[in-house]
Amino acid sequence: MQKLGDFRVPNFFNYPPYFTLQPIRETREKQVQLWKELILDYCRSQKVFIIGLEEEFPLFSNPAIQRSLSHESREVFLSALVSEGRAEWIDKNHRKCLVLWLRIQDWADHLINFVRENGLEDSVMTVEDIRSGIESRGTELAGIDRGVLIRALKLLEQKGKAAIFKGSSTDDEGVKFNV
Amino acid sequence: MAVGAWLPPVELTASGRAALLPGEVERLFLSSVDIEAEENTTLTPLRSGLLALTSHRLIWINDAARLARSVPLSSIIHTFPPKKSIKNMFASPRVRIQVSANVDGKVVGGSGATSLVITIVMRGSKNDTESFYGKLWEVLKSKSWEVEEVKEKENAGDMRASVAGEASGRARVAVVGVAGILRKEQEMWESTDKSLQDAFQDLNALMGKAKEMVALADKMRQKLLSGSAAHTNDEEMGSKQEMQDWLLSVGIISPVTKESAGALYHQQLSRQLADFVTLPLEKAGGMIALIDVYCLFNRARGTELISPEDLLQACVLWEKYEVPVMLRKFDSGLMVIQSKDQSDAEVFARITSLAEKPDALKMGISPSDAALTLGIAPALAKEHMLNAESKGLLCRDVSPDGFRFYANLFREFEPRDIYLVKDHGLYQAWISAASAVST
Repeated sequence: MQKLGDFRVPNFFNYPPYFTLQPIRETREKQVQLWKELILDYCRSQKVFIIGLEEEFPLFSNPAIQRSLSHESREVFLSALVSEGRAEWIDKNHRKCLVLWLRIQDWADHLINFVRENGLEDSVMTVEDIRSGIESRGTELAGIDRGVLIRALKLLEQKGKAAIFKGSSTDDEGVKFNV
Repeated sequence: MAVGAWLPPVELTASGRAALLPGEVERLFLSSVDIEAEENTTLTPLRSGLLALTSHRLIWINDAARLARSVPLSSIIHTFPPKKSIKNMFASPRVRIQVSANVDGKVVGGSGATSLVITIVMRGSKNDTESFYGKLWEVLKSKSWEVEEVKEKENAGDMRASVAGEASGRARVAVVGVAGILRKEQEMWESTDKSLQDAFQDLNALMGKAKEMVALADKMRQKLLSGSAAHTNDEEMGSKQEMQDWLLSVGIISPVTKESAGALYHQQLSRQLADFVTLPLEKAGGMIALIDVYCLFNRARGTELISPEDLLQACVLWEKYEVPVMLRKFDSGLMVIQSKDQSDAEVFARITSLAEKPDALKMGISPSDAALTLGIAPALAKEHMLNAESKGLLCRDVSPDGFRFYANLFREFEPRDIYLVKDHGLYQAWISAASAVST
């Protein structure tokens, strides 16, 4: 089985038409669906949050069959994710895309589980601690995109389950959980 | 009694043109013509048909009723020159001919016991008795039907003689054994060579010889056909088949021309074309590009070339007649001639089976690959493939290597489990084809 880093790619990754945007509606719908699943799977396993359309992205080319996605098709597939709420364009020109392989709500749930499992109820953590601290090592939260984490925390804050303290610099933004 | 049963019937082709006798050439067409038997009112007149004057017959065709009758020129005893009088100026122009008939009053060709006078009434506005009479006179004088008859007799004589020769041995020199065969071959070769040389001496002679060449080609074809039954050697059959194809494409003996058909030119051309394309269509699998037909048709017509506009107009006219072929225009603008019984489904089936072969699964197929395999023009193959793509049978791959089509596997992929491969499907077949090391 072919691999991209430690990611196992499906067989159809070697099917040349997979890399050409199909003009026929039904065929294209299926193709778009397959790309959406593959992008989410890959990003989740490799903890990729941001895809730059103009940068090299391992998933978008297959040297084994000498095929790669055109700029247009990249935009089509990512736009399909955006319209489902599984991704967001970071800029107006659609050059960078934030992939939400977990929705913000799911991230918030993960945070609560994390807090419970580590007995962190009523204690205070910095945002940076959550991303790279010892407790989060080996969990989905390790290496989480800062923007995504803040949004998940704000969601919890709205629900009264957390409070965010502003520090003097971004590094010491603190969170007090109240689960 | 059927209408006009007093005249011999004529076979019609699929497009409604008269089936011509060997060597028969059409000389003039007239529309809206009645044929009446004067003095004998028991013979039902033929009303409003197309009259074709050929080198052998006067052929009357009623298209609506698909009814055709003929007057063999050999039965014409006398033609009355058209009279010019005040009275005739107001009536439809007419030409009268006296023909021989048998005792029952039926015209059968050749001389008979009785005779009757036939009036050809021209109701069409553009018909001209003078030129018709002139052409008729010309054709009668040349007596081309007699030439054919003599030839036929000769052929029949030859056949009988050779049959007799095999049985009892003939008086002529060295016709037995290998020497005889060689000698006969040599003779035939020499005479063929001579007619070839004569033919190319100058263009006029070529025109004169053209008919002979066509007859020769036809004869050779007949010979090949009769021979092929006895021998079943594959290679021999192959070369014979090829030879036959060449001979078949030699020519149309009686091309419709503006001169002979006049105002009826496009109509007649259209019908002749419909008859002509049946054979190439069959060979091409039911569809053939218009440009190819143009070349084939003009080649078959020899010196009477037609323009592309005339060809197109002839094809467009098919909509009005009962012909087994049709003109089809693809979205890209490519025009083809298609036989009506050919369905797209059949073409799709052929393309799909082509695309599902292991090599094609792995590498895809380009329009030119498909054209080679299907025996059609690349532009046409591409149209078929685009059609198949829009039906979801194929999908495309555009890369620096070019434009290729693959069997559509997207239907086999499962988005909910991207690693799933069904055991016995096209997906599995593709994986094994793609992973196979190419030799």
